[in-house]
Formats: sequence, structure tokens, C-alpha cells
Amino acid sequence: MRILPSGSTALLVELDGLKQVLGLYAALTEDPLQGVVDVVPAARTVLLVIDPARTTLAAVGQALRRTRPRPGRAGSAERVELPVVYDGADLADVAAHLGTAPEEVVRRHTGTEWTVAFCGFAPGFGYCVPDGEPWQVPRRETPRTRVPAGAVGLAGEFSGVYPRESPGGWQLIGRTDVAVFDLAREPAALLRPGVRVRFVAAT
Amino acid sequence: MTAPVSRTLTVLATGPLTTVQDAGRPGQGALGIGRSGACDRAAARLANRLVGNDPDAAVLEVTLGGLAVRAGADLVVATTGARCPDSRAHNAPVWLPAGAELRLGLPASGLRSYLAVRGGIAVEPVLGSRATDLLSGLGPPVVSAGDVLPVGGPAAPMPGVDLAPVPDPPGGEVAVRVLPGPRADWFAEDAAAALTGSAWTVTGESNRIGLRLAGPALARTREGELASEGMVRGALQVPPSGQPVLFLADAPVTGGYPVIAYVDDDDVDRCGQLRPGQTLRFRGTVRGR
Repeated sequence: MRILPSGSTALLVELDGLKQVLGLYAALTEDPLQGVVDVVPAARTVLLVIDPARTTLAAVGQALRRTRPRPGRAGSAERVELPVVYDGADLADVAAHLGTAPEEVVRRHTGTEWTVAFCGFAPGFGYCVPDGEPWQVPRRETPRTRVPAGAVGLAGEFSGVYPRESPGGWQLIGRTDVAVFDLAREPAALLRPGVRVRFVAAT
Repeated sequence: MTAPVSRTLTVLATGPLTTVQDAGRPGQGALGIGRSGACDRAAARLANRLVGNDPDAAVLEVTLGGLAVRAGADLVVATTGARCPDSRAHNAPVWLPAGAELRLGLPASGLRSYLAVRGGIAVEPVLGSRATDLLSGLGPPVVSAGDVLPVGGPAAPMPGVDLAPVPDPPGGEVAVRVLPGPRADWFAEDAAAALTGSAWTVTGESNRIGLRLAGPALARTREGELASEGMVRGALQVPPSGQPVLFLADAPVTGGYPVIAYVDDDDVDRCGQLRPGQTLRFRGTVRGR
């Protein structure tokens, strides 16, 4: 664990990988540190934002060094099932890149459970990583100016669902009708860090 | 026939940009939701205190003046931040009787003015806040002419303050304090020296998300991609052009370019008052922590 400075109200903790990020994030949400108002996990880091009226960066740094990451408690995690129609425009390209058939891409995508590692890019956009063998899919060379809400994509080691229409560079393999971000729902974001996801082929 | 009295503000004109703002949505970064809220938090809080509101009540953030509103009932209002000519309400609570209009002219200096109404702007909150986040699109729509904004009921007694003696946001060059960022070591030592030794010009591509600054290119010594990581307002992020972006209220939750330094959070409000063409200097130590 490396603690990097981030101005007068935040610390950035750098870790070896996603597993460590999930473990530290789980520890910090189960036992919140005094005066920490926001905890933002990412691919290799966790940002802690403090309320300077309630704590200091030095105190949070010390408490962090005493914090033991929690192993992922897969058994008790919330589970979400997302029915996906696998008719994405990039499915054939992804299959070609992986040297396999589109049906095999679908089998792999539906054949494992995924964990939301962190959110970013847009409210409710969860970066999901698989339990099984890791993926590695390049982004599209030219991002699309318009990706519809519900599009299911792959990029790098992640899979995700576009919460709303936006530009985007992920390889699109399918679509779901489930609203992954819905302001009328509490909580609005379905895919929050730690949530377990299973993609199911729909017709 | 007289119009019915209602606690509303009718918007007659908005100037270049008027939005509803409050203290934003802290604590939701893990869901990809940024904080947003007033760009000049101290000014927004002062406006609220002058009219007896909770300091974090919703106000109107007015960019470069031009807002005109008409009171639907007898209201108490105050403006803070950039001083608009003809605003009797500047840094002072005044009555705006039913049917009366308040018009904000072009401020001589500063960029953002805050209009607080006793009772607060009572539009529907989204995820716990009435702030319009121009990056994520969360919150109420941008204010436009013809809008009728609901005003809440008074919650606390008036503070008994006639005038808050605060200085106006300055024109010309402004100096703020900087602290090391997480990726200061991705840059050459002369980049750190250039950051604190140069005058940076605020360009016209600046907005509530951030100030795009022009000056000497800050050269990286470490190449390769950075996995996106969390950041907050005040971050000085350096894209491949070497020209830093200083993030403000609507900063993204995470960013994929290295952050060389941070402006001290206490000084970020003043950065939110800078106009294109003004220059900014950074005081402090970026490396050698």
C-alpha cells in the first residue's frame, strides 16, 4: 500500500491490483474511518476524501496503515442478473480478436460470475471483472459518438453496461433492458462496487 | 385582476449561464457520481447566511451577470460573489416585494454571482441535491427564461446582518497555494518549477468542470498509460498537450491523466471566479514531499 498526496482534502492509496482495491474498499465501507466523507475505488487506487473540520490527512493516513483489507465476501454480496440480447455490432470483431466464434464469446460472458470493481465514466457505469479467466479486449479505435443506454460492452479487462446514451469506445456485444441507473429507484445505481453480476442470454 | 401571490421567482433572462446550485452530492463518488455544487462555495454560503437560510440551501449561480427575475411574493434576497452593478442586494439582504424585479448587470470583475432567496430555491432534489452537474447531467435543467422557480418557506430567523464586508473577486493576476499531487513524480523537475514559476492564462474553454490553462508545456518523464484514478476539485491534471486543467465543481470522479499538483481546497473558490484572460500563479512546493 502506497499513500500518495492529493491536495488538502484527499489521499490516494495505490495498490497492487483490483483484488487489493476491492479488499480495501470493503474494509473502508464496513468500518468507515472518522471524518472520511467519500471513498472512491478505481482500477489500482482508492481515493479517500476527508471533511477537514472532522479529521486531518495525517490521522486518516495513520488509520489507513492499521486497516486490514477484507477478502471478497462473495457469499454475502448482493447479486444482480442481467438478461442480455447478444446482437452487439462488435460481437464478430471481438470473436475474431479472441480467435474464436461469436457463440463462444457469449458462452464465456454468460459462463462466469462478475464483480463490480468500481464505477466511473458516468453515474452508475460499473466496471465488472470476471471470476474466471481474464479478458483482454482492446477499445474500438474510433469511439462511437452515440452508444444507446443498456448497451453491454467489453474493454480491457472489463465488461460494463452503458447507463444512458453517451459517446463510448467499448466493444458492444449486446444489450439489456434492465435500467442500470434509474433515479426513480433507491439506490439509483444497480452496479455498485462489490455487487456480483451474472449476464444471462435472452432472446 | 391581480396575479395570485406565490413564493416563486419568475426568470425573465438568464445571461450566459444560470444554474441552481447547493453543496452538491458528496459521498457518492463510488457510484460514479461527482460532487458538483457551487463553484464558489464560500460565496454561496454567505448569500444563504445573509437571508437566514441553511448555508447549504439552493441558490442561483449566475455566470457573468444578465439574470433578471421577478418576485411572485414578498421575498428577501441577497447576492454575493461577483458584484453586479445596480444590485442593491450585494452582500446585503434586501426586500424584493411581490411583482418587483431584480436585474443583475455585467460584473466589473469576477465571474460568478450567487442569488440567495430566503427559503431557498425549492426545485426537486436529485440524489440528495439541487445542484446542476453539467458533466453528468444530474440535477435540475439549466435555468432558462420563462422558468418559474419555487421558493421554500423560511426556516430560521433573519441574522440581523445589514452588510457582509467581503472583498470583491479581483481582476488581473491571482495567486493561489498548491500542494503536491499524486503523480508529481511523473514529471521532470523543471515541470514542477515551470508550474510554480509561470503565469498561467485562463483560456476561453473553461467552464464549471474546469479551467483550461495556457502556459509553458509541462513535460512528462514517465510515459505510458495511467489507470483512471479518483480525484477531487483543485486537481491540476496534465493531458498529453502539457497544458494543465484545473478542475472545479463539476470535476469528473476519476481521471486518466496524471495529476501533478492540487490547489489548496481553501483557494479553489477563488479559481471559480476567474475569467478567461486572467492569469493565475501557483505558490508552494509540488515535489519533494
